[in-house]
Amino acid sequence: MIYREAGQFKTSYASDQAIFPIAQDRWVVVLAVLAAFLVPPLVANEYWLQAILIPFLIYSLAALGLNLLTGYAGQLSLGTGGFMAVGAYAAFKLTTAFPGVNILIVFLIAGIVAAAVGLLFGIPSLRIKGFYLAVATLAAQFFLVWLFNKVAWFSNYASSGTITAPPRTVFGVMVTGPGATASARYVTALALVAVFALAAKNLVRGRVGRSWMAIRDRDIAAEIIGVRPLRTKLLAFGISSFYCGVAGAELVFLYLGSAETLAFDVGLSFLVLFMVIIGGLGSILGSFLGAAFIVLVPIFLTRVPRSVGLDLPVALQKQIELMVFGALIIFFLIVEPNGLARLWQITKEKLRLWPFPH
Amino acid sequence: MVYGILVAPFADMLTNPRFLAEVLIGGVAAGLMYSLVALGFVLIFKASGVFNFAQGVMVLFAALTLVGLMERGVPVALALLLTVAVMVALAIVIERLVLRPLVNQEHIVLFMATIGLTFFLEGFGEMLWGSNVKKLDVGIPDRSFIVAGIQMNQLELSAAGTAAVLVAILAVLFHGTRIGRALRAVADDHEAALSIGIPLKTIWIIVWSVAGIVAIVAGIMWGAKSGVQFSLSLIALKSLPVLILGGFTSVAGAIGGGLIIGVGEKLAEVYWGPLVGGAIENWFAYMLALVFLLFRPQGLFGEKIIERV
Repeated sequence: MIYREAGQFKTSYASDQAIFPIAQDRWVVVLAVLAAFLVPPLVANEYWLQAILIPFLIYSLAALGLNLLTGYAGQLSLGTGGFMAVGAYAAFKLTTAFPGVNILIVFLIAGIVAAAVGLLFGIPSLRIKGFYLAVATLAAQFFLVWLFNKVAWFSNYASSGTITAPPRTVFGVMVTGPGATASARYVTALALVAVFALAAKNLVRGRVGRSWMAIRDRDIAAEIIGVRPLRTKLLAFGISSFYCGVAGAELVFLYLGSAETLAFDVGLSFLVLFMVIIGGLGSILGSFLGAAFIVLVPIFLTRVPRSVGLDLPVALQKQIELMVFGALIIFFLIVEPNGLARLWQITKEKLRLWPFPH
Repeated sequence: MVYGILVAPFADMLTNPRFLAEVLIGGVAAGLMYSLVALGFVLIFKASGVFNFAQGVMVLFAALTLVGLMERGVPVALALLLTVAVMVALAIVIERLVLRPLVNQEHIVLFMATIGLTFFLEGFGEMLWGSNVKKLDVGIPDRSFIVAGIQMNQLELSAAGTAAVLVAILAVLFHGTRIGRALRAVADDHEAALSIGIPLKTIWIIVWSVAGIVAIVAGIMWGAKSGVQFSLSLIALKSLPVLILGGFTSVAGAIGGGLIIGVGEKLAEVYWGPLVGGAIENWFAYMLALVFLLFRPQGLFGEKIIERV
């Protein structure tokens, strides 16, 4: 009863193809985005912003990037951490070399640099796929992290080898560096994610996204109907790496503040892959759900046992976390390959018929 | 620079052949360890077409179980038997809970499922047996001796011997027995094998058990060499480029690929590493595999058929 499409008639092709064709969806999303911009900066405390919401937004962006490549174009990548590192180090080099440039533009250029590197490592995908590609992207992961670790130029010859986000402002508000408030960093991350998510949604609905899905589902048939596989796959690598690069830059500038290459090791690649699988392969919403899930599970594991008087040692929490992630991956692959996003869809379908079962 | 890359390392090799030999032996020893992991992987891939990312962590899990049992005072022989039992049980559980529900799915889905398995086993093993580094000692002597002026290690020699014996046993298993024929039939075509009455489920359990036993052997060798610790599962990632070099379906390829990677990365690290600041061992194997993929995707010994677009 609450969720009805009855009476909502579409009179044009455009309205039928809208992102949210049902009014309820549209309003929920608009209100949710508005609320996301307004409520947390006013209500949430430092801990919530810093430990939950900001990492959630950044991981969402990275998951979005990997989902474009793995979920939509069907190319498995284990090199996400490496591409994020490219974005982070590119942003650092750019903003220290040109301090006057707006930090948002720096993020975008860092994303473009990451896209270029992604294209380079995507070239093997022209001849190989699936598991072979996983190894090729692992090569990217280990090589890039080693490169940033060894070549001191990338960290401006810092003796510690870490890169630190310098203070930068957007429209007069400090958004990076130690002086920036959590709210300012949160809003910056949110604005970027909102824009990129909308762009991704439109991308996958359009010609590019449909050609990705065609390649993913049946590559030879796609080639026969005129999708050029080489161009399509490379484009997927480029755009995916762009998203990951921006996410990597944000990770250092808006979340960690300073980082060394250890922050971008192969574990990060797996974490983002888990977000994509649990959230839903081939779903924009799923990238957000998966990121939220992965960010919340460790917090859940610390909070819940403590609230019932059980104090788990940190090591045990870490182990349970690994087991939960592993088991969930298998569970979702078996039971619901479309992840949390599909569960949300099922909920909507049930609401449409509620209170009647059929 | 050009001189440093193209001439100086080779001059070094020629002027100090004894050191070169030691580097080579070190490479062979490391390569054999990679091969042992890759071997278990090849078995599973041959018989079920599953890219088993979890093979590395199975090695770790086997070694942990063995060490854990021995620490609790179980004698070596009994601990070994129990570990074998654990690995067989693990194979049965994996077949029932992971493989059976995912039968007929795409390769990539199964591969991702084994990544999930990797993380689960890592957490599980650490929870059961603790996360500190353990010394594994099953009575293999670890003495060094000198032959013709070259230092050799008894442990490395036994590892080489074990690998050779293991490969011989597997070759007999695959080509001389009924089960081996069934395995090869299943690898060729699941449905055809089913239709002539080969029990697919049993075959899978057997294969995963054998892979588990290979994992125990690899775990013992690794554990004796560098202690049982969780970084083992990362080193196991090295077996992936080994497979690409050797081809996914070839037992000989797993050994050959392992040796090439092991020797290659040691040579690169010792002679070319200093030019770029060292630690190139981390990625050299992957880059080698990447270059290989571009020119000979089926690997050195693999079958010619390869999926590509």
